[in-house]
Amino acid sequence: MEALDGNSIAGSLYELFGREMTAAPGACAHCASRAQIAELRVYGRAPGTVVRCPRCWQVVMVLTDVRGTLRIDYDHFRLLDSGEQPPP
Amino acid sequence: MVAAAVPPRRLNWQLATVVELIDETERTRSIVLEPSDWPGHRAGQHVDVRLTADDGYQAQRSYSIASAPEDGRLMLTVERIEDGEVSPYLAGELRAGDQLELRGPVGGYFVWSDRGSGPVLLIAGGSGIVPFRSMLRHRAATSSAVPVRVLYSARSLHEMIYRDELMRCAACSGADVRFTLTREWPDTWRGHRGRISPQLLAEISWPTGDRPLNFVCGPSGFVETAAGALVACGHPAARIKTERFGPTG
Repeated sequence: MEALDGNSIAGSLYELFGREMTAAPGACAHCASRAQIAELRVYGRAPGTVVRCPRCWQVVMVLTDVRGTLRIDYDHFRLLDSGEQPPP
Repeated sequence: MVAAAVPPRRLNWQLATVVELIDETERTRSIVLEPSDWPGHRAGQHVDVRLTADDGYQAQRSYSIASAPEDGRLMLTVERIEDGEVSPYLAGELRAGDQLELRGPVGGYFVWSDRGSGPVLLIAGGSGIVPFRSMLRHRAATSSAVPVRVLYSARSLHEMIYRDELMRCAACSGADVRFTLTREWPDTWRGHRGRISPQLLAEISWPTGDRPLNFVCGPSGFVETAAGALVACGHPAARIKTERFGPTG
């Protein structure tokens, strides 16, 4: 299946973090390679949106929408931006 | 000195009125919108559009903004994907006067402004040309002196979006616009023929010593090919910005 990239989740990330996130740099927790969020690969056809590292292809984020509430698990993408606040 | 904190802009869904529809090609249509509250945008940004069915089912897609920040009106261009959930409605059934739910602008990575920019190469596959229309119009509106080169790959002349405008742009604003047709071309065609290749990109990309900024937008496979070829030409990955669009429509 063809992947999109992190540009496609800009709106959802803005909703979660309260600011523009696609240019934010981070590191894959699996292989340590660095990428901006826009460069991650995004698969939207799963139940939820699966975001993978473009180097090692491991899952680094999962976004789910449960009854109108958007949630994100980004434990495997370490944001390198200083002052980053995790979503509530 | 104490600087006042600027509260972040909330990203709310809002209704926008369709003020004009322009058929660009058989499968693409431009939608001119009047949002109720538009904070302005940067060239290359996009919006999310959400459709809600009578039973409450919602489908959401991202569309690049085709208009420049200076244009004074917001325009999207949508390609109809036959079995898609959203694009057949937007590119087929939508009428002037209808309202659409959207939020944006969003995106801070695939954007261009001429501050500190070296020469620019824009590589588009199919409807990947849409955000580049915004960038080219922005460049012209601001009388930017940044050299820009465009390589636009389309299947045929009929499927080329903004063809006349791109030709005019090449003639008036000094942009170097090149085309390649991948499926069919007239006998008299003087542009490139066939899919983009490492050879073609080696020929048209700026010298790496000029520190060019490269943008690639198109279907996933197109983007991988173009970005890979630019890396092979010696361009650092950090100077290659990519945006992929998918087949979900």
